[in-house]
Amino acid sequence: MKVLRFILQKEFRQIFRDKTILAMMFAMPIIQLIILPLAANFEVKNVNVVYVDHDHSSYSQKLINKIGSSGYFQIVATPSSYLKGLEFIEKGEADLILEIPSGFERNLVREGSQKVNIAADAINGTKSNIGYAYLNVVLADFNRDLDIQFKLPKQAPTLSSSLITISSTNWYNPRAEYKYYMVPGILVLLLTLIGGFITALNIVREKEIGTIEQINVTPIQKWQFILGKLIPFWIVGMIVFTVGLTVMYLVYGIFPKGSLAVLYLFAAIYLIALLGMGLLISTFADTQLQAMFIAFFFMMIFMLMSGFFTSTDSMPDWARAISEFTPVTHFIKVVRLIVLKGSGMKEVGKELLYLIIFAIVLNALAIYNYRKTS
Amino acid sequence: MENKAIVCKDLTKQFGDFKAVDKISFEVSEGEIFGFLGANGAGKTTAMRILCGLSYPTSGEAKVAGFDVYKEQEKIKKNIGYMSQKFSLYDNLTILENIEFYGGVYGVSRPEIKERSAELVKTLGLEKEAKKLVGGLPLGWKQKLAFSVAVFHRPKIVFLDEPTGGVDPITRRQFWDMIYEASANGITVFVTTHYMDEAEYCNRISIMVDGRVEAIDSPTALKERFNVASMDEVFYELARNAKRTSD
Repeated sequence: MKVLRFILQKEFRQIFRDKTILAMMFAMPIIQLIILPLAANFEVKNVNVVYVDHDHSSYSQKLINKIGSSGYFQIVATPSSYLKGLEFIEKGEADLILEIPSGFERNLVREGSQKVNIAADAINGTKSNIGYAYLNVVLADFNRDLDIQFKLPKQAPTLSSSLITISSTNWYNPRAEYKYYMVPGILVLLLTLIGGFITALNIVREKEIGTIEQINVTPIQKWQFILGKLIPFWIVGMIVFTVGLTVMYLVYGIFPKGSLAVLYLFAAIYLIALLGMGLLISTFADTQLQAMFIAFFFMMIFMLMSGFFTSTDSMPDWARAISEFTPVTHFIKVVRLIVLKGSGMKEVGKELLYLIIFAIVLNALAIYNYRKTS
Repeated sequence: MENKAIVCKDLTKQFGDFKAVDKISFEVSEGEIFGFLGANGAGKTTAMRILCGLSYPTSGEAKVAGFDVYKEQEKIKKNIGYMSQKFSLYDNLTILENIEFYGGVYGVSRPEIKERSAELVKTLGLEKEAKKLVGGLPLGWKQKLAFSVAVFHRPKIVFLDEPTGGVDPITRRQFWDMIYEASANGITVFVTTHYMDEAEYCNRISIMVDGRVEAIDSPTALKERFNVASMDEVFYELARNAKRTSD
């Protein structure tokens, strides 16, 4: 234990002497938490629509007004032909084309039906898909208005079918605000970066400057060295987590609905798991560049597969299986559940078990793989 | 019988087909200053890393401070000091902090660290710099400090891998004064060097060529054997037949 104290003293001195890393560790959570939720927003607004009107009737005018006033669409141009409309898509100025054929009003009034053409730019898939869906809703609404005007007097019974509409409620995030979804995720991202990257780089740096060899030639035992590296970064990680929670509360007014103690317990174990991973990476890498790349590779997969950006439920089965094998997935889930839903130990106990297993396996591998004698 | 600090018999380290160290045998007595010479790539560092417990030998036997290099590396590590080619103190710690850390991990108690480091800083003439970061020191001072740290815990044997590389002649002389002092205190010194004038300072030297020890004796005896005036020429006679190109 005496030896461990000397090691810890040295690590803390070095951490607090490196002003750049220190600043990064504390500025990062604050800046990321403030900027990312504002910028990364999946709710689609400002879908740019090109409206090609061959009919120039009062109904087509009504439709264009309805679309324009929905709040989601921006009519960027009203060219005279579909081909001219396509040019806007090609230039990237528009996401959707809505083409109204000639005889729109006449057919609507006489025959009670009329087709319109919607073309979407699929490069920004999310935006045009959602825009397409929104536009459909607007058209359906327009249809209902028409029904009331034309059909109501004659065929009142058919109306009842269109009166059943789905109204949805977003539980635990009532206004479906993106920040509630993003902010807890970013907290997780922060711990992941500190755990995975900083430890790996720190140890590999010692390899590069040659001090690790000096350490290996001393009687420092493996567990002392590893604990000496884990404990300081664990403490730093917990501080960053606390800073993150504070920013979350001060800036977004989000206070965890569930138990803070449970949240901290999860953060503590998650950090141990990720620190173990950083350590494991450091046993493979000889240079900081290698460590960066290995860590980055895993982080990318972890982040993309974790349900941070996209829901794991919409992944194919194989992807969901991979997702289950990344600790980030479990931790993100738990943080959202505890922060937004107020889940307790009973609901998230299973995830705790997963994280404990990750922590044990990753650290065991790292300890096994760390050699004082090669 | 005189006690042996290091005993090596047919020690071999092989990387694939390449025999970095090829059946070397030698003994080093306690308190001796033993020069371990050889051209670049001759296998000096590899052999030294085995003796320090940093690397497993492929075959052969070796005992350092009475402990086996296969099974008792951790015991070896308690009894030796090591100064590698690369400067290996922490640049972002002060002189005192470096001494404290390395002293501490070898189990020197805090009060003793305090006392001994104050003394050390005084003898090195670094009182003013004691609380400055090591990174800012000139190379010569760094090397002297690194050596002092390597013998701070009073090991039985100290291994020095090209300790005076890139250091000016005056500092080199001072460095060797420090080595003599350590030796006088009973520490066995095992040192590699490329400077043949330094080889003359050693009690005995061995010269490695292509992984093998080609000659081992006192500098005077070697000069007599090859009938030359200086160690430079002894080294040249032996090393010019080397097959391995120096890196």
